[in-house]
Amino acid sequence: MTTPLISAEAITKSYYKGQHKVPVLQGAGLKAHRGEFISVIGQSGSGKSTLLHVMGLLDSPDVGEVLLDGNRIDNLNQKARDQLRNHVFGFIFQFYHLLPELSLLENVMTPLMIRHSIWGYWKHRKEIRDAAMNMIQQVGLEHRIKHRPSELSGGEMQRGAIARALVGKPEILLADEPTGNLDASTGSGIMDLLKSLNENQQLTIVMVTHDESIAAQAHRTVRLAQGRIQTVAREDAA
Amino acid sequence: MYKLLLCIRYLRTKYIALACIISVMLGVATMIVVNSVMAGFTTEMRDRLHNFLSDIVIESRSMSGVEDAKRQMAVVDEVAGEYIAAMTPTIEIPGMITFTDPYSGESYTSPVQIQGIDPVGKAKVGPLQDYLDSYNPVMEDGVVLREALRSRDEPISWNLTRSAQEHRAMIKERESLYLHDLTTDTEPEFDATTPAATNSATPEFDVTDSKAASEKAAGSENSEPTPGIIQDDFINDPIVADQNSSVKTRPLAARIFLGEGLVSFQAQNPETGKLQKVMMVEPGDDVIVSTVTAGRPPEPVRISATVVDSFRSGMNEYDTSIVLMNINELQKSRGMHLDNSITSIHIKLKSYDDAEKAIAALERAFPPGQVTIRTWEEKQGLLLSAVEVETAILNVLLFLIITVAGFGILAIFYMIVVEKTRDIGILKSLGASSNGVMSIFLSYGLGLGIVGSTAGVVIGLLFVRYINQIEDFLSWITGRKVFDEKIYYFFEIPTSVSPLMVCSVAIGAISIAVLASILPARRASRLHPVRALRFE
Repeated sequence: MTTPLISAEAITKSYYKGQHKVPVLQGAGLKAHRGEFISVIGQSGSGKSTLLHVMGLLDSPDVGEVLLDGNRIDNLNQKARDQLRNHVFGFIFQFYHLLPELSLLENVMTPLMIRHSIWGYWKHRKEIRDAAMNMIQQVGLEHRIKHRPSELSGGEMQRGAIARALVGKPEILLADEPTGNLDASTGSGIMDLLKSLNENQQLTIVMVTHDESIAAQAHRTVRLAQGRIQTVAREDAA
Repeated sequence: MYKLLLCIRYLRTKYIALACIISVMLGVATMIVVNSVMAGFTTEMRDRLHNFLSDIVIESRSMSGVEDAKRQMAVVDEVAGEYIAAMTPTIEIPGMITFTDPYSGESYTSPVQIQGIDPVGKAKVGPLQDYLDSYNPVMEDGVVLREALRSRDEPISWNLTRSAQEHRAMIKERESLYLHDLTTDTEPEFDATTPAATNSATPEFDVTDSKAASEKAAGSENSEPTPGIIQDDFINDPIVADQNSSVKTRPLAARIFLGEGLVSFQAQNPETGKLQKVMMVEPGDDVIVSTVTAGRPPEPVRISATVVDSFRSGMNEYDTSIVLMNINELQKSRGMHLDNSITSIHIKLKSYDDAEKAIAALERAFPPGQVTIRTWEEKQGLLLSAVEVETAILNVLLFLIITVAGFGILAIFYMIVVEKTRDIGILKSLGASSNGVMSIFLSYGLGLGIVGSTAGVVIGLLFVRYINQIEDFLSWITGRKVFDEKIYYFFEIPTSVSPLMVCSVAIGAISIAVLASILPARRASRLHPVRALRFE
């Protein structure tokens, strides 16, 4: 059996609400191989978002390990974690989270600006711009590059967020309820985009959702309840 | 790069930041304006203090002075001649002046500092000509009310101007008529000198003194044949008084320049509503100066003197207390003329930078304990240091204003960080480091500081540049003079802009803006990305 691209093993994570310890994850684990499209389904509060955050190094587990290509990454120092987030992971969120002060193009360029220093940016500014334009074309928003997020529709914002997540050529896309805030037809458009990215570019996708029909479109669905993995339902490619 | 982009975008889109910019701007502009005006006033005041005092003053410790002015000056010239441009002997002695206000008829007495000077010598150590009324035109609101009475080429002397002579003639004529009426009404056995002394506007108590003075004046001016019989006793004879009227108008031997503030007051003109200077004593009038003789024990001495001119140095302290008198007469009256004693020597240096060397040389030449040798700054040390302390305190207070602006920045930045919490989470999820997030807010503070300071410097400098126009405008709006030149003795508000001051104010304000943004920036950098993303 090949090493999974990313695996979270026996993750335990609790939050404190005042004095009370609220366990969120209790030994949950998840493996994703290269090119896989996995959906994590569960009710609100089942810990699915937290699992995603722990895998994407936005949060650290209390117990357990996160491995990237078999190497442990959750205990790296802050700087290395920042760099992994920038190079290896792409995030999309339910509420898009585009920066309101920047235009769509600038939003998409942001991960590459973070990657380069000011001089590096100046040297590669044309490539960065081209890469961002290329991604915007792939998500079909080339006519809106000058617009601010507030001037875009929900579907457009989410497409913009996908372009931003992918502009740095990450290996894994972590999606947190990407269609949660969209109507059904726009949502299915986003799902089609994710599926085509997965198929055409062999992009590994881990998607969290509470919608069975959305979850069903992934290769594999992991059900999470009370901080533990309940079932792993393998779907046929069809 | 994203830091710069976001920083610029925040500057341009967050209008709340405008409040920070304005507070920094106002603080900087206020500091520049106040400092420039203070510096202007101080420079002007120092100039005036300095000009009246000359560079170095050698003062005798005793009021009797030191003997032989010529020899003392020769000593000074020998030991420190290389530094000295000019010097003049002076007698400085406290005294009193008594004059009669022609409007109320009341007699006033004020304490004064009498300075016996040689006007030509005095003019060489300081700009005496600039201060004397007769050499300067009278201006009001830029309009010449009276041309200068003397040309600048005319050396300063104790001679009356033509208008002063006419004034004197008129006064004397009026007096003689008045005396005439008085004498015809009084009993024949009544001593004529007594009413003359008590009722006349020109008190001449000391008959012998005034007689000597008249003789001296007659001798020095040589314009009229010397009359042998000018006795005050003759004044009760109307015919004699009439015949000798031209003789009586001759000024006394003792002549003085009066500090303007001593004999003038400000009164509102009922027609125009403006404050006007009213002189109680005009050139040509006589006043009485009292002091003590140089002997031991000092005896009181009263000198009747003719006012030749009034001066205005611009330093209230001098203008309300100094009477300049011809040194020879003062020496005679005080019994100092025989050994040509003086109490001080005023020295003007070629370069004021040599003051210390010159003083060191002079101190070696004079026996210790006999004289005090000081620069004008040392002589006025208390006043100067008071001004310095005042400026320093003002600066501290004003800097507190900028600090208040700094706290405003702190509060507003905290608000912006809270508002931007989610964006900070996004940036972190995209791989931005904590330091990167921190530097966004630090450079934001820096940007605010730079923009605010620049605007403040521009506004402050423009304000200073056009301060007089602004003052005119404010006067026009409020209908009363904001800055009355008659009160402050300045025709315009003096300003002096020091580039160093402007730079340090601007840099100080920028540093405060950056310091105030440190705390919010640290808070932003420490935000947990997940919690920041969930922030609603």
